[in-house]
Amino acid sequence: MAQQDVMIDVQGLGVSFGHGSARVDAVRDVSFQVARGCSYGLVGESGSGKSTVLKALCGLYPLQGGSIAIDGRACIGRRNLDFYRQVQMVFQDPYGSLHPRHTVDRVLREPITIHKLERAESRIREMLVDVGLGLDFRFRYSHQLSGGQRQRVAIARALILKPKILLLDEPTSALDVSVQAEMLNLLHRLREKYDLTYILVSHDLAVVAHMCDRLGVMVNGRMVETLSDVSLLNGQATHPYTRQLINACHGYDRKMIDGFVRYE
Amino acid sequence: MEPLLTVENLQVSFTSHHRTVDAVRGLSFTMGREKLGIVGESGSGKSVTARAILGLVGSPGKVEAEKLVFDGQDLLAADPATWRSIRGRRIAMVMQDPKFSLNPVMKVGAQIVEACRAHSKMSRTQAREEALAMLRAVQIRNAERVFHLYPHQVSGGMGQRIMIAMMLITSPDLLIADEPTSALDVTVQLQLLAIMDDLVSQQGMGLIFISHDLHLVASFCDRVIIMYGGQVMEVCDAAELQNAGHPYTQGLLSCMPSIDRKQQVLPVLQRQEAWLNKM
Repeated sequence: MAQQDVMIDVQGLGVSFGHGSARVDAVRDVSFQVARGCSYGLVGESGSGKSTVLKALCGLYPLQGGSIAIDGRACIGRRNLDFYRQVQMVFQDPYGSLHPRHTVDRVLREPITIHKLERAESRIREMLVDVGLGLDFRFRYSHQLSGGQRQRVAIARALILKPKILLLDEPTSALDVSVQAEMLNLLHRLREKYDLTYILVSHDLAVVAHMCDRLGVMVNGRMVETLSDVSLLNGQATHPYTRQLINACHGYDRKMIDGFVRYE
Repeated sequence: MEPLLTVENLQVSFTSHHRTVDAVRGLSFTMGREKLGIVGESGSGKSVTARAILGLVGSPGKVEAEKLVFDGQDLLAADPATWRSIRGRRIAMVMQDPKFSLNPVMKVGAQIVEACRAHSKMSRTQAREEALAMLRAVQIRNAERVFHLYPHQVSGGMGQRIMIAMMLITSPDLLIADEPTSALDVTVQLQLLAIMDDLVSQQGMGLIFISHDLHLVASFCDRVIIMYGGQVMEVCDAAELQNAGHPYTQGLLSCMPSIDRKQQVLPVLQRQEAWLNKM
């Protein structure tokens, strides 16, 4: 990968919580690179540190070691406004991530105010149409929206600053399968339209395989395998945990489940 | 064989000042001691069906049915005392989110003991032993430690195992599982299903499994009811599901991403008003 094409460069990332005997190493020595305009997937079970990687990326957790560079610039300490113009995040739970007493309009206006942007009106209108909601939804409250519609608002809020990078933390796991399909299609379309770079975190290997060009498999804070979508499709996964995940994606099989092992 | 549960022409509606919403319209099925799946999108009436069977639809909801019989007992005519002897003891329900179904200010062990002692006469120590055994049965490795934890101290998968343990400790005849695993990791999800599966086959329990994941239900259950807009679109044997004829079923099957093929765009579910019988 040529150096100028690397959008996100993470080297030897470590994140830990607590001190002394209560210290937990949530992420240990994780390295990966994401090219401009690509999607990178992080898969793993809950507690494997995949969301922590995302939060460390956008400065919500301090680093214990390693380095993060976005678009060639190192990110150290507290992020400034320019950083958040480039990097935005969409959270898992659309029920929890929208303010219950703010209208959609106000939710979308807030980032514009913070970043002192012009043309608030037209940006909001454009974004609502872009995420497939339409202008009718502009003055609704989040309790008047379905789960899928809420997640569209969350995506619109992230994209209204026209960022280059979107960090998606389980964007569809709280949604129905049919709404999930709509949401994945929307994310796919928006990526092409705005030339976005995605990092998608999910425990659902099928979702990650569908959306991403490359993926990393995490177990217990470590990255145990990285794969391209083609090698996943061709069954070239080598780590036993990855193979177990692939098997689990093929539905319920009583005999197979007895063979499940916890990897630590 | 005597059916475990018979539901005939079940109707559930919610009336407000503005309008009446028919959540379930004319649902009928019978089930024995088997694994029955109910599949549909959110809003298709699957959870309301489960609640109606347990008599948990509160005002302003209205439940009507021609027949609602559980193991020879008419549930429509049941008085509060009869309901108390059925709920939890003979029909148990595992809800979607353990975070909201467990008591946040009570240790999980105490909650399981409470469930146990509410339904059968036994001493505190005996109930404690039962609870620990049940926690082990749902594959919690460190049962003694978990016994003394509060719900906020356990992970989602652990919480759901605790819920399942609490529901199964009375060895019910029918377990209703309302999307018990959709928030969990795939491997944990399958392990929980295996626990329920074993109990169905060992104790001869009936299981109603509600989910929106049609592939999972097809591989897990014996029969599947597909619901849309409060009505049954199709009932089929799980093994035959791939050849199901209804466009809604096909839509639900094809809208899921697969790791076996790469598609640019996923087909989106098409919904048609015409599928619903007007009443």
